[in-house]
Amino acid sequence: MAGPIEAGADALVMDAKDHVATAIKDLQAGDTIAFRIGDEVKQLTLLDPIPFGHKVAIADIPAGTDIRKYGEVIGRTTADIRAGQHVHVHNVEGIRGRGDQAQSAG
Amino acid sequence: MDHMMGYRRPDGSVGIRNHLLIIPTVICANQVCSRIMQLVPETVAIPHQHGCSQIGADKQRTFDVLAGTGKNPNVGGVIIISLGCEVIDPHELAEAIRPTGKLVEVFDIQSVGGSVKAIQYGTELAKKMRAQLDAMTPEPIPFSELIIGVKCGGSDATSGLASNPALGQAADLLIAEGGGVVIGETTEIIGAEHVLAARCATSETADELYHIVGRFEKEVERMGADMRGGNPSPGNIAGGLTTIEEKSLGCISKCGTAPIQGVIEYAEDIPRHGLYFMDSPGNDIECVSGMAAGGAHLVCFTTGRGTPTGSAVVPVIKITGNKRMYERMTDNMDVDVSDMLAGTLSLEEAGQRIWQEIREVAGGKLTKAEILGHTEFSINRIGPSL
Repeated sequence: MAGPIEAGADALVMDAKDHVATAIKDLQAGDTIAFRIGDEVKQLTLLDPIPFGHKVAIADIPAGTDIRKYGEVIGRTTADIRAGQHVHVHNVEGIRGRGDQAQSAG
Repeated sequence: MDHMMGYRRPDGSVGIRNHLLIIPTVICANQVCSRIMQLVPETVAIPHQHGCSQIGADKQRTFDVLAGTGKNPNVGGVIIISLGCEVIDPHELAEAIRPTGKLVEVFDIQSVGGSVKAIQYGTELAKKMRAQLDAMTPEPIPFSELIIGVKCGGSDATSGLASNPALGQAADLLIAEGGGVVIGETTEIIGAEHVLAARCATSETADELYHIVGRFEKEVERMGADMRGGNPSPGNIAGGLTTIEEKSLGCISKCGTAPIQGVIEYAEDIPRHGLYFMDSPGNDIECVSGMAAGGAHLVCFTTGRGTPTGSAVVPVIKITGNKRMYERMTDNMDVDVSDMLAGTLSLEEAGQRIWQEIREVAGGKLTKAEILGHTEFSINRIGPSL
């Protein structure tokens, strides 16, 4: 956990190494949100709508990057993602348990 | 509340409920068992699809889950009903349960003379046994004798952010009291196994954890599919979870921070003290059934999307960090920790709230799943039907 959750927060970043914040409200494209990383409060303007519970990129992330939440790798980006864009199954794939890739490889 | 209320069994184990369990050894006996459950109040049947056309490890697993469920300390008496020609031997099953010292009766439908006579015979038996169980009185028992399972299902982003870490706090409180905790869901630690392995009490346990995760992942790969859609499920994905790795990293916080003392098999007896990992699928009912067969007294179950899952023999406490779902499905939810995300409930307070609920349920308070009569049961399967 990233420490205590502040009242009224828009989105949570779990670890300083993370590429993403998780929305804890329904957020709209064009909204400017604030989130905390350690002691630092940062702002970001959203490029996509981010539904409650979904992730937004807090930095530009090139395609093919191992992407982090909780400070740990949660998958790999399949497209370039800009800060403020929605991060989900359309631009991130799991690395583990990939039988589809195991068969095409072998 | 500084103690729970329990039924001390002849073998020294303690139950927080006093169920009369009706076990079909085979799918062919399901109907008779279910009818007796309908006719005699305070009985629970566990219909299932197994018990015949099974061999080897697959047959053994069915036997172990049925025997373990019968041995669960929350069960005061057992009626085993067989068709009479299946591979699971009802008398062997009875012998496996009898060392607990609880009431065990066995009969088969073919010998008794068909469904109608079996229902009549079983109903009379169940009424007599129920009366014997009702004559028992629970006594105060320390929480050090409590074993809980921790499980998550219908997860969304709130599970990893709020309800799972809160449950982890409660798990730590129980272990501090001297109790036992079991976590399972091997499929759902894929991508997070290194975090748990670092917490294993010995390097042998860490190796075993890596081994079972590797074995499960190879099985998934053998099926030739991307896990997504199966796990994370469509509901998980709608709730914001993108990959199995993300889901796993959110899952593992529900077992708290204690060292992992060992890895046990699906449905294997759970040691009474400390934290253990059970090699089991993420599937809600199969996992909870495996924990119940291992001797867990109750299961704490976090959910973000909402699920009604109960168990035949253990109370299942539903905990959520999703306020919208809590308001939609209050009928099914026991504990709401969603104020964590609003920043008005601390992690420690949320953990205390769950710990309080655990103590009350162990003291006799019914869970929503119990009130609603959710008695789900399912056996994890290894092999094909013959």
